Amino acid sequence: MSPQVAEPRAPEELPAAAVHPVALPETVPLTPELLISQLLRGGVLLSLSLVTCGMVMTFFRHPDYFSSPDALQRLTSPDSAPHRLSDVFEGVMAVRGQSFVMAGLLVMITVPVLRVALSLSIFRAQRDRAYAAITTGVLALLLLAFLLGGVE
Amino acid sequence: MAAVLDATPFNFVAIVLLVSMGAGLLGSLLGLGGGLILIPVLTLVLKVDIRYAVGASIVSVIATSSGAAAAYVRDGLANLRVAMFLELATVAGAVTGAMLAGVVSGRALYFLFGAVMAYSALAMLRKLREDGSPRVEPPPDMLADRLALHGSYYDASTEQLVAYRVHRPLAGLGLMYVAGTVSGLLGIGSGALKVPAMDLAMGLPIKVSTATSNFMIGVTAAASAGIYFARGDIDPFIAGPVCVGVTVGAFTGSRYLTKLKSGSLRMLFVAVLLWVSFEMLAKGVRG
Repeated sequence: MSPQVAEPRAPEELPAAAVHPVALPETVPLTPELLISQLLRGGVLLSLSLVTCGMVMTFFRHPDYFSSPDALQRLTSPDSAPHRLSDVFEGVMAVRGQSFVMAGLLVMITVPVLRVALSLSIFRAQRDRAYAAITTGVLALLLLAFLLGGVE
Repeated sequence: MAAVLDATPFNFVAIVLLVSMGAGLLGSLLGLGGGLILIPVLTLVLKVDIRYAVGASIVSVIATSSGAAAAYVRDGLANLRVAMFLELATVAGAVTGAMLAGVVSGRALYFLFGAVMAYSALAMLRKLREDGSPRVEPPPDMLADRLALHGSYYDASTEQLVAYRVHRPLAGLGLMYVAGTVSGLLGIGSGALKVPAMDLAMGLPIKVSTATSNFMIGVTAAASAGIYFARGDIDPFIAGPVCVGVTVGAFTGSRYLTKLKSGSLRMLFVAVLLWVSFEMLAKGVRG
């Protein structure tokens, strides 16, 4: 407000000379909105590719799944779904289809956490202290949730 | 139901895929995660164990949110600052809800949920009648000013840039804590509670509320999904096709949302809220 009163010419020259040529080419492709949008899309695509590959692999390795109703009972009955990261990792190493699906689902669960982490670095780059603090709080709560889940 | 149980694994996966696509489409149009539609279909029609239905639903909720939000954020419909501020409350709520899940009885939950949803639907219906008049500028709010929560968006149906101001951020925070708790307890995104909290309490336009709700749901659901995974409630054979189907549906829905007039969107939303709340109340009463 006050610079406009004190120096009427300066603000008019600054945007034209300094801001436009430098800022426009760099900020347009890198708006926070676009970055976050790309992260969300990339994460979902990676997750879906893993899940789809895993589903195709499952049916490839078990041709009886096309004909046998008994297999469905086993697959959807309440027994042990993999619930430790090491189980999923071992399954992926053994090229088990369902482990690939599970890895894809874990990527999906990680996407929002990465989005919050990306927001944190964006707010810090913008020197927005209040929002950097808010975002750190959200990230800390998310990690607390995962820790509590691991304890149960 | 016997017919479905006799199905081969391949048929089962195909049916789950189709149902999930429908739920994802509807969910993204309404700002819901799709879980409210999915869980009844998976349990009542496909006879999936409720634990696995909830586990699949919570991952699909993240998928819907992220898939649709990618488009909303790019189009500038979602308010990122409002979202981040309110996520403090939804994530804290999701942690509370997941911890309470073992203590509260199922019937009490259904009943509480039905009552809250019916209230939200009626409150939106009341707002719909007032909507003939132009939007009222909310009174100035110091905290909203300091947090720079105000924003603007481009409305494709009227081809205008709409600026809006936000008020009562603390009321929104309180309501979001409740929404997060419900999400953690029932394994749904609870967009039905998030949209009214922004739309009615904080004065955000309905389209911004819907888009921001979709954006926030993923973070809330991720907090509970970690706990469901650790419990072994996420079965890849069910959650896999649900996740793929819902994302494809949500992507289709998010492409057409800005073309719907706010009035028709809200009417559709109210109808779905009332229907679901009736189902929930009935289940709470019958047990």
